[in-house]
Amino acid sequence: MEAASHAKATHDHAHSHDDHAHHPSGLMRWVTTTNHKDIGTLYLFFSMTMFFIGGLLAFGIRAELFQPGLQYWEPEFFNELTTMHGLIMVFGAIMPAFVGFANWQIPLMIGAPDMAFARMNNWSFWLLPPAAILLVASFFVPGGAPAAGWTIYAPLSTQMGPGMDLGIFALHIMGASSIMGSINIVTTILNMRAPGMTLMKMPLFVWTWLITAYLLIAVMPVLAGAITMVLTDRHFGTNFFNAAGGGDPVMFQHIFWFFGHPEVYIMILPAFGIVSQVIPTFARKPLFGYASMVYATSSIAILSFIVWAHHMFTTGMPAAGQLFFMFATMLIAVPTGVKVFNWIATMWKGSMTFETPMLFAIGFIFVFSMGGFTGLILAITPVDIQLQDTYYVVAHFHYVLVAGSLYAIFSGAYFWLPKWTGHMYSETLGKWHFWLSLIFFNVTFFPMHFLGLAGMPRRIPDYALQFADFNMLATIGALGFGLSQLLFVAAVIKCIRGGEKAPANPWEGADTLEWTHLPSPPPYHSFETPPVVK
Amino acid sequence: MVNTAQSNLQLMRKLFVISLAMFGFGFALIPFYQKICEVTGVNRLLKQDEVANTQVDTARFVTIEFDSNLRSALPWTFRPLQTSARIHPGELTTVMYEIRNNSTRAITGQAIPSYGPQFADRFFKKIDCFCFTQQTLQPGESRQMPVVFVIESGLPQNINTITLSYSFFEVEGTAKKAG
Ligand code: HEM
Ligand SMILES: [Cu+2]
Repeated sequence: MEAASHAKATHDHAHSHDDHAHHPSGLMRWVTTTNHKDIGTLYLFFSMTMFFIGGLLAFGIRAELFQPGLQYWEPEFFNELTTMHGLIMVFGAIMPAFVGFANWQIPLMIGAPDMAFARMNNWSFWLLPPAAILLVASFFVPGGAPAAGWTIYAPLSTQMGPGMDLGIFALHIMGASSIMGSINIVTTILNMRAPGMTLMKMPLFVWTWLITAYLLIAVMPVLAGAITMVLTDRHFGTNFFNAAGGGDPVMFQHIFWFFGHPEVYIMILPAFGIVSQVIPTFARKPLFGYASMVYATSSIAILSFIVWAHHMFTTGMPAAGQLFFMFATMLIAVPTGVKVFNWIATMWKGSMTFETPMLFAIGFIFVFSMGGFTGLILAITPVDIQLQDTYYVVAHFHYVLVAGSLYAIFSGAYFWLPKWTGHMYSETLGKWHFWLSLIFFNVTFFPMHFLGLAGMPRRIPDYALQFADFNMLATIGALGFGLSQLLFVAAVIKCIRGGEKAPANPWEGADTLEWTHLPSPPPYHSFETPPVVK
Repeated sequence: MVNTAQSNLQLMRKLFVISLAMFGFGFALIPFYQKICEVTGVNRLLKQDEVANTQVDTARFVTIEFDSNLRSALPWTFRPLQTSARIHPGELTTVMYEIRNNSTRAITGQAIPSYGPQFADRFFKKIDCFCFTQQTLQPGESRQMPVVFVIESGLPQNINTITLSYSFFEVEGTAKKAG
């Protein structure tokens, strides 16, 4: 189905103008670069750094919860840990990682020489490190880091110390970066495709990013608006969310989740894209139901705008509202189910091999689907009223975000590392990384379902004695999961340093332009003459 | 190539305008939600309620506690003339609150009610309330104002106490109009 499989490798791009690349070297190369490959690399390393910072905070949380009682932290600091873990993972690790993939892969997959706005691309990236520094620095100001949860609900967020202001500025900057990045991505995809690459011939990864970028352009500004209102409530005497002043704190939740629910799809659609590239490659069959995948992705994106209040079932909505949001939420499971069906149908009777990218992709399908099911359970209003703010919700969103988004990121990283570096990664390290991650992930998060069902509240540093065993298990799992991720770092570094030389197309079943038309690694400037896609 | 660059710029401008519009949309959600709440009758704290059934349930008593708060900056005194009342569901009750302006300027204030437990608001019917309008006090002026209400007899049996709490805030300046 994918366009490139029909494209003849008419000319060899390996020798195209490699010589006119006279970029500065050393550190300045990275600061001034406008090259999509460099910027993609920067995003990916940034994301990896933030992933480990966020992971450290997570371990702070799990250490405190290893045993009942207060062990290491004051409850206030525990709240800072959960808040900052969430903010850093969402805005620092997952989102930038997908933008990194977009930067590297979109031009290569549609046969464009670079992103549409190369200079703006440099800006989009370099806004991130200052934002991250602001965010992390908030730990060191009086009153500490934001502690209102990653959802920074008013009225908590309108009352906290200066750390909250730093957090809000950081979010503003990251939001600006995301919007610029998205404008760039949409423009690149719509205007810079190689001749013959019609929309319906685009690889699915490109499709999912096109839709994600639109989502980002639509909802990041709404988040910016919400946190601006928090800021003016804090400092300029407005009363958007202040009940005593005629505002309404629940209003914040409405505005936040109008952003927040599409945001969770922003974090999963590119993952769907990656998995849709990897599965056909290692099943050696074209993707089953390409067109239905495109439509499913679009309908998920559209539906994501009308389900936000499933995060707010306990705020006292009228029954009609509860019913509407319950059914709308369940409706999303339909296109999601279509996707899972298509992936499985792609593997059906394929000649599959199980290299690391494929393992992560299959792991994704299994474990992500479990997260989808717990989502469906939470969508049932009367059930959610019991489970809201318990560990069941924590289990749900870690199944979709870690086993979903993160596994897809790993899958994509192993898949494209040979292309990016020109070396094969170590299959042994990759397999260990996969299996250990899979096992420890489930050891960590599966017990949380039981904890939630038994009523353990989230975001609390202490708990009743009957929750002790499962919590201890979860902490052991978290330690194992965290340490397993060092294997990924090792695999990446090893692959960059050297290793078996990667051919242009190391994967038998890969048929997109970056594999069929470019050597590994691709030249610094690729596709200066666009390939012709038939 | 010039063509691509131009159409890229055009598209960028469009997308940029969309994102600006969505920033505005975030703010527009506030009046939008307020309108929805008004139309659907959620959160109608500042409107007169209609009472359907005034049957007095003399077999039952409910204690109503009265509470008053001031937004920190408001230089007023604000208190209920009685701290609680023991009444029957369905019984028409009037209590008085008093406000006094301790400052040297005229100030307009608006009171916002809230209930504890929260969902008691469904059964707490205000027929008249000083919170239905804004109150303007001249320097040194004081005023006594009534709240007239009925507790509907549908109030769940397990609720024996309801707290009615008001917060007064200043209307002028940056304070938004209450909705
Ligand atoms: C079949 C699809 C899904 C359904 C039906 C669903 C449903 C829900 C519901 C009802 C909640 C609210 C639970 C509560 O707070 O009581 C929730 C929370 C959440 N979901 Fe999902 N979900 C789905 C997929 C996803 C995906 C794909 C992601 C992200 C990749 C995601 C991320 C989250 C997050 C982060 C929260 C918790 C937010 C918070 O309170 O901190 N969900 N989901
Ligand atoms: Cu949601």
